[in-house]
Amino acid sequence: MSNDWPLFEVFIRSRAGLEHKHVGSLHAADARMAIEHARDVYTRRQEGVSIWVMRSADIIASDPQEAEALFEPARDKVYRHPTFYAIPEEVKNL
Amino acid sequence: MYTQALDNPGSEAQPADSGESGGRAARFQARIDVDEKIEPKDWMPEAYRQTLIRQISQHAHSEVVGMLPEGNWITRAPSLKRKAVLIAKVQDEGGHGMYLYSAAETLGISRAEMFEQLLSGAAKYSSIFNYPTLSWADIGAIGWLVDGAAIMNQIPICRCSYGPYARAMVRICKEESFHQRQGFEIMLTLAHGTPAQRAMAQDALNRWWWPSLMMFGPSDAESKHTAQSMRWKIKRFTNDELRQKFIDITVPQAQFLGLTLPDEALRWDEATQHFQIGPIDWSEFQAVLKGNGPCNRERLEARRAAHDAGRWVREAAAAHAHKERMRASAAVPPGSAPEPRVAP
Repeated sequence: MSNDWPLFEVFIRSRAGLEHKHVGSLHAADARMAIEHARDVYTRRQEGVSIWVMRSADIIASDPQEAEALFEPARDKVYRHPTFYAIPEEVKNL
Repeated sequence: MYTQALDNPGSEAQPADSGESGGRAARFQARIDVDEKIEPKDWMPEAYRQTLIRQISQHAHSEVVGMLPEGNWITRAPSLKRKAVLIAKVQDEGGHGMYLYSAAETLGISRAEMFEQLLSGAAKYSSIFNYPTLSWADIGAIGWLVDGAAIMNQIPICRCSYGPYARAMVRICKEESFHQRQGFEIMLTLAHGTPAQRAMAQDALNRWWWPSLMMFGPSDAESKHTAQSMRWKIKRFTNDELRQKFIDITVPQAQFLGLTLPDEALRWDEATQHFQIGPIDWSEFQAVLKGNGPCNRERLEARRAAHDAGRWVREAAAAHAHKERMRASAAVPPGSAPEPRVAP
């Protein structure tokens, strides 16, 4: 058993109505300690009303190498944006 | 708080890695040139990675060691208000160290390795923290001058090309401003106090002025890492540029306090529109960097003692977490589906 505490990623909701946002990471022995450390490290000035923590090792991330394959196909689909469509000036509320 | 130039001679990785294809390196530099940010899993030249690991970890060590000189006055702060403020400031410094260690870890070095480098003396930290805090006025001088110099260094790093470092720095800079202002306020109070308090403020300024100017690192002519770091947009201004900016804003503040800067050569230069200072004693800087400052040994001993004294806590917490995990896995029958759960 390793005595090195695992790494956790920390997500903070800055106020009700907003989503949790990644703010950084920290080491803790377990999830409860990760919440307590996150309180001390990331919310000393009322930056949050809610904290999520998760083991960094549990995150599954996309590979920068496959960024092109993943995101390139969206590039030529400009028709997904409202500005693609030419509407005469005199037509209102569209 | 931090200094940008802790360059230890001889430890620099060579910028042109022979084994890496020129194409990738060129694409990497092209991304930097158009101000794209580099993120942890992106390809990067090994020398870029090593330079950042060195700089960010030294920065983190500086924050953590920086708690020691100020911690010295927590129990002797002159009022409850000053004590609460100082505790908050020292806690911030610890927090800054934590943000930075996390940022460095994204580059592939472990927290344990970084601690080991600090405690063994292999890693450097800002030389300013090897000076003693002899009077309460030193707490004012540190906030005003040392944190002031640190802010000057750190604000450009908010635009550093490496994403995690830049983000940590944005957070740090937001908090740092309070540190500088509380320090100036301590100096202001002392400067307007009794003759003894005034003398105390002057004495602190006399001792902290030159070391604060040295925080910007060797002069540009002597600084060997500047050019490459600027190409990589890790660094945006040279040591001398930042030092001059700091001098130009700080001299009028000292004048406002009615205190004298310990430099007989100091004068306003009409031609350049800058304050001109006398020569900096770089032999002192080199001596402190080499480990021969007034408090180098004391600081490292304090860190080592804290690390050793905390060992049983780290081990006990790890053992407790392990036991809880075992208990939880024993309670769940094998093969049972986990409950569906919506994030709160």
